[in-house]
Amino acid sequence: MFYDTIKGGDFRSREANVHRLAEVSVNIIDQMVAQGVPFAREYGGMLDNRSFGGAQVSRTFYARGQTGQQLLLGAYQQLARQIGLGNVRMFNRTELVDVVTIEGRCAGIVTRDLVNGEVVSHSAHAVVMATGGYGNVFYLSTNAMACNVTGAWRAHRKGAAFANPCYTQIHPTCIPQSDPTQSKLTLMSESLRNDGRVWVPQNPDETRSAAQVPEAERDYILERLYPSYGNLAPRDISSRAAKRSVDSGRGVGPLKNGVYLDFSDAINRLGKDVVEERYGNLFQMYERIAGENPYDMPMRIYPATHYTMGGLWVDYELMTNIPGLYAAGEANFSDHGANRLGASALMQGLADGYFVLPYTIGNYLAPMLNKPIPGTDHPAFKEAEMAAQARYQGYVDIKGTRSPDYFHREVGRIIWDYCGMERTQQGLEKALSELPALYEEFQKDLRVTGDAESMNQTLEKAGRVDDFFQLGMLMCRDALERDESCGGHFRAEYQTEEGEAMRDDEKFAHVAAWEWTGDPTKSIRHKEELNFEAIHLATRSYK
Amino acid sequence: MSNHLKNLKLKIWRQSGPTDKGHFEDHIMPEISDEASFLEMLDVLNEGLISENKLPVVFDHDCREGICGTCSLMINGQAHGPERSTATCQLHMRKFKSGDEIVIEPWRAAAFPIIKDLMVDRSAFDRIIESGGFISANTGGAPDANLIPIPKSVADAAMDSAQCIGCGACVAACPNGAANLFTGAKIAHLNLLPQGQAERYKRTEAMVETMDEYFGSCTNHGECEAACPKEISIDVIALMNKDYRKSKLKNRKEISRS
Repeated sequence: MFYDTIKGGDFRSREANVHRLAEVSVNIIDQMVAQGVPFAREYGGMLDNRSFGGAQVSRTFYARGQTGQQLLLGAYQQLARQIGLGNVRMFNRTELVDVVTIEGRCAGIVTRDLVNGEVVSHSAHAVVMATGGYGNVFYLSTNAMACNVTGAWRAHRKGAAFANPCYTQIHPTCIPQSDPTQSKLTLMSESLRNDGRVWVPQNPDETRSAAQVPEAERDYILERLYPSYGNLAPRDISSRAAKRSVDSGRGVGPLKNGVYLDFSDAINRLGKDVVEERYGNLFQMYERIAGENPYDMPMRIYPATHYTMGGLWVDYELMTNIPGLYAAGEANFSDHGANRLGASALMQGLADGYFVLPYTIGNYLAPMLNKPIPGTDHPAFKEAEMAAQARYQGYVDIKGTRSPDYFHREVGRIIWDYCGMERTQQGLEKALSELPALYEEFQKDLRVTGDAESMNQTLEKAGRVDDFFQLGMLMCRDALERDESCGGHFRAEYQTEEGEAMRDDEKFAHVAAWEWTGDPTKSIRHKEELNFEAIHLATRSYK
Repeated sequence: MSNHLKNLKLKIWRQSGPTDKGHFEDHIMPEISDEASFLEMLDVLNEGLISENKLPVVFDHDCREGICGTCSLMINGQAHGPERSTATCQLHMRKFKSGDEIVIEPWRAAAFPIIKDLMVDRSAFDRIIESGGFISANTGGAPDANLIPIPKSVADAAMDSAQCIGCGACVAACPNGAANLFTGAKIAHLNLLPQGQAERYKRTEAMVETMDEYFGSCTNHGECEAACPKEISIDVIALMNKDYRKSKLKNRKEISRS
């Protein structure tokens, strides 16, 4: 698994971190089972597992089609237990709006109560950011609607380096967009590729329904291009194959914007009952959204933004470059390099929280024993509170004409077009000229109705879109500076004759960690060289 | 290809805060694609309200994939609307017709006070979980997960209950505002598994009694099962009641022994 993860990340992750992840990952399932997560079992009572993209052995444990949800509920129950015991205090409906440092050390955070708009400081010896990824910068993504970059971004603005923002993952199996009002894209679990076969008709003008297209006139794209991994090729590679099929006019569905994921062979081979048991809830979900029954008609899928490998730069102990400020899970950058493998986000999130931070954060806290935590009456907190209040009042006071959603859609479109599945120098330069102009319009023409002293979802959105603008500019800069293709970062100029990503290990075997300067287009790029001791750099091949 | 619904009449509950009396507000949705989800229809409405310089309708939502349990609307008097085993966010406009009148209200239950408009506070559910909805196993030192084989049928039954997303539709649908389906599902999930046996009766007693502090009593209407987006079976209530009854004896015995 250590090797799979490094290779899957296209040799752009930190070897030591991945090694540790592989080591501690074996404890995760034991821990979660002990805490009551109902993992699937075989008839003999042992844990069942299945295969995922980028892995040739079945080593993924699962709980029906909703492993992530079940792990989340398991972790939530443990959190609830600690709340009940009085060890943890929970602040629901509260958003982080700033990170505070005193004499170079992290001293706490400033939050905003979403119900009454109250801005409050919380001080501490150490702060852990577990604020997730920034996939919603694309507007349409598989992320939940409330996911945003504000936590990580506010830390970045206070001095924490932001690493590899251009590494974003486009997941191959999502339901294609069906109309312009669409607010999000729905992921169909990657496990479907265990039994579903991806194909498009060979003829771009094909009008027959899927079942009527004879075998000889179908192009099973992944099986043809990657015979040894077939339909389980890694996400970045599978996504690009789907994009190329659609770009070449062979897309399927009313808008010709998808590829088929066909279960008819699996149904013939295993029977409908087995397929239903494995994927029943996913099939139901598909039918609810797309209005078609996947037992009779192949699913239509298309790639969508799903995960962001980039994030706050952290050292081996998961501490950012601000002493006392830690980042865990998707919010940090460390383990997935330029592409993440299936199930690895759950693995990393749980590993960081259960098995890494408890052992590393103590090193920082030990010398502080018996030292009081900084008071929230310190001027640094007061300043941050005032700045946050002014910021949110500022959005209300613009009184322009366009809603935050309008700007979010526009930012998302630019980022998707120029910094999405395929990037070019020209496109990125265009994005970098369009984004600042749109950002200026945002600052002048935003409209937030209501006030900052009560529940106001439009205002919450405004703050998040503001941060997405700044992040978007940094993403494009990062993508522009990285003159190579690796994993999810595919620069059209750097590809092999067969259209695969071409890395430049001489110049780019490093992490790009960006330093905030006050202007998102003028951030400073720092390098952390990546040294591989146990693994030799190789060209990724899934053929 | 997508079709469009025209001229929908929306009657939406507006309430500025917990102490406001609240009222219905009428809106016309002139046109919406039948491919749009119900919440996307509300997004379109809200965009319109902002352009008219009005306050958009506040509602809870997050994953929009039917797995997080955040969305929560009474649609035409039904929790999560007319489609069975479907959360509000997965309901699509193709289930409605042009010219329909659609009444949209928040969850109606005394235990879920309204925060604003269609958004309610469901933290009473958290109190139930905090009182016992877990297995006390500290991190580190967990035994090998294959050490205790779990029959497939048992794992599957636990999983059926574990699917509960805690949305609160069961409470909203119940004429008594009871939370027995939710609490029963959480108890059944843990009480069915071998790992959950050590705390089985302590858990059950604590959770049922916390539930009773906040919620109404169950009188077996079965509305909860019909409204549940995850099709949790009402059988979990029977299991909970059985274990609760036993707990009264078992927990006392434990006390007398110690």
